Amino acid sequence: MSSNAITVPGLQIDEKPWVDILHEWVTTVDHKRLGVLYIGYALLFLVVGGIEAIVIRIQLMFPHNDFVSPQVFNRMFTMHGTTMIFFVAMPILFGFANYLVPLMIGARDMAFPRLNAFSFWLSALGGLLLYFSLVGANGLYGAGNAPDVGWWAYAPLTARAFSPGHSSDYWTLSLLSSGFGSIGTAINIIATILCMRCPGMKLSRMPLLVWLNLVMSGMVLITITPLSAAQIMLLVDRYLGGHFFDAQAGGSAVLWMHFFWIFGHPEVYVLIIPCFAFMSEIIPVFSRKPIFGYPVMVAATVCIGFVSMSVWAHHMFTVGMNSYANSFFTITTMAVGVPTGIKIFNWLGTMWGGKIQFKTPMLFSIGFLFQFLIAGLTGIMMACAPFDWQLGSSYFVVAHFHYVIVGGILFALFAAFYYWYPKITGRMMSETLGKWHFWLFLIAFHLTFDLMHIPGLLGMPRRIYTYEPGRGWGTLNLLVSIGAFIQAIAILLFVANLIISYFKGDKAGNDPWDAWTLEWATNSPPPAYNFASIPVVASRRPLWDLKHPEDPDSRYE
Amino acid sequence: MSALANSALANPFPEAPTNWSLPYRGTVAMAGLIIAESAIFTIFVVAYLFYVGKSTTGPTPREVLETPIFYTICLLSSSLTIHFAAKSLARDRVGTFIGMWLLTILLGGSFMYGTAQEWHRLIYEHGLTISTNLFGTTYYSLVGLHAFHVTAGLIMLLIVAIFALAGRVRVEQSRRVEVLAMYWHFVDAVWVVVFTVVYVLGR
Repeated sequence: MSSNAITVPGLQIDEKPWVDILHEWVTTVDHKRLGVLYIGYALLFLVVGGIEAIVIRIQLMFPHNDFVSPQVFNRMFTMHGTTMIFFVAMPILFGFANYLVPLMIGARDMAFPRLNAFSFWLSALGGLLLYFSLVGANGLYGAGNAPDVGWWAYAPLTARAFSPGHSSDYWTLSLLSSGFGSIGTAINIIATILCMRCPGMKLSRMPLLVWLNLVMSGMVLITITPLSAAQIMLLVDRYLGGHFFDAQAGGSAVLWMHFFWIFGHPEVYVLIIPCFAFMSEIIPVFSRKPIFGYPVMVAATVCIGFVSMSVWAHHMFTVGMNSYANSFFTITTMAVGVPTGIKIFNWLGTMWGGKIQFKTPMLFSIGFLFQFLIAGLTGIMMACAPFDWQLGSSYFVVAHFHYVIVGGILFALFAAFYYWYPKITGRMMSETLGKWHFWLFLIAFHLTFDLMHIPGLLGMPRRIYTYEPGRGWGTLNLLVSIGAFIQAIAILLFVANLIISYFKGDKAGNDPWDAWTLEWATNSPPPAYNFASIPVVASRRPLWDLKHPEDPDSRYE
Repeated sequence: MSALANSALANPFPEAPTNWSLPYRGTVAMAGLIIAESAIFTIFVVAYLFYVGKSTTGPTPREVLETPIFYTICLLSSSLTIHFAAKSLARDRVGTFIGMWLLTILLGGSFMYGTAQEWHRLIYEHGLTISTNLFGTTYYSLVGLHAFHVTAGLIMLLIVAIFALAGRVRVEQSRRVEVLAMYWHFVDAVWVVVFTVVYVLGR
């Protein structure tokens, strides 16, 4: 195995004092370490955001409950949403992109390693600013208060009169800071993919994960920036007495909604496209077949990228727009389902006739396919403006987007963890714990989020602090909360698996899944320079070519 | 299995393609930054146009704005000078490069002087600040955002100028200088949009 002896940095680290190790991690510009930093930082916030979700669910378990005060409840759902989107989903996906993209294209690092470190620390600063508001938002002498304006922060809630103190300012600054970090990383990923590919890695031979991250990064450039611009306007309003969103001086609250959702909806695709990327790598390997319809997958992704830019106002049907706008956004929203459907059929086509291995990553992938389909279908339901007028801002909406984010994004992320953990640490994750994690999480997920649709249909509004008994929402909410607790237990199993496997897991070797992309051609964990000699590729599956010299893919290209 | 995979490192599998060239990362990254910045400016331009004529109190743009023709010519011609500067450096004519580069800084600087003068006049003669009315808010934000980008550009140009005068900028750096020139062209192009929106359509 080690005919060419390579020093693995992980082995040297153990002998150093902890201050040196800390110093190495803080000052690192290595894409793999920054990837791990991103992922670790996101997991930390996953636990924090999860605790906030649990507080929300305890409060809603029974009618007339007063586990927390209404003010704290508002802070909890604001912080839960902001944390989960900006400080869990974004950094964890950037973390995987950082780690995997250079390895998959046969490069030694990102195009701009120092920009990479700078972007990570900007994002980290953003998370700290958000949570510093807990102690600092009223000034150091007063009690703190976290942002409580909802994660959309609609005007005029954010005006000085309605949001005194600095909680909204910390919210704004934290999103600006992490937004600039995201733009830096996106530019870096694009430059890496376009300029650092190993010889022979033509665009048409890139792994789909790389292609999809290229599209995602391109979207980040034009979706995060409107949010940054709107945050700058909000700061002008709050600090310099501007009137952008001040209706009394002729400003418009609806303009903020448009600016927020011009960011907000494509953001969903920024989050889900890297998850599509994980699926496109994991499903073929565990179906023992190459991906079905590679060019169509690329085209569908680019198509989603474009169409998703013109669907934002379906979040605003209940605000009141004219019928032309309603029709336009209904049609575009339904249209974006077409390329997404193409992807689902392609993954099914990949599995069709394959020798499917039901390892944990594959189980999570199948869960993703099923749940993402349902989430898409409720999305199509709400794309109809009249249906949305009935159910907008109800728990039906909450159930729908949690189906996307938990049932889709989180399941795909778990699949990615189980799949690439051996590469990152050199150890396999426990299959037994993994199966427990999967089944427990799957059952609890459906208990929570399938049932959550029903109170919505019965008229339960979102963000409600508590409710009257006798509405028929009580039992359902109790079951939803119980599901949430079981999900928390499943997540603890996952964290335990991460930690135990790091010390006790089986040695992984270079290529535990018999996969085909370049990251499996180097050591686990990869050395700092990734590849001893830069690889050369002649097909989409370079490791297949290597393992099957009698029948390489390159013969058919 | 892993032994097989590992041999990929020892003896790379196929022949390396002979004509393998990829774009320069600096150019690609600057193009990415320009796309991102364009989106930011778009939002500010949309806000400006959306709020034209919606101010509840005066002063209005028609009353107070004067078209800054001279300083616009300064800024737009600086695009030409930086283009010639970058071209001269690529042809290893360092003297011409430094001359053109300093001229670019001078032209950019005089544009900033023009903006400062205009703002001084608006604030002290017409009492228009960012909090006076919607016009003030959108005007100072949009023009200010552009001025901020010109300032950032000038600082970068000055850094290169210092290195150039110290004799450290040679033909090997010409690709990097080209990247900075791209940014400067972008700032100029944005001014064309801002000028049209604020001084032509907005009045």
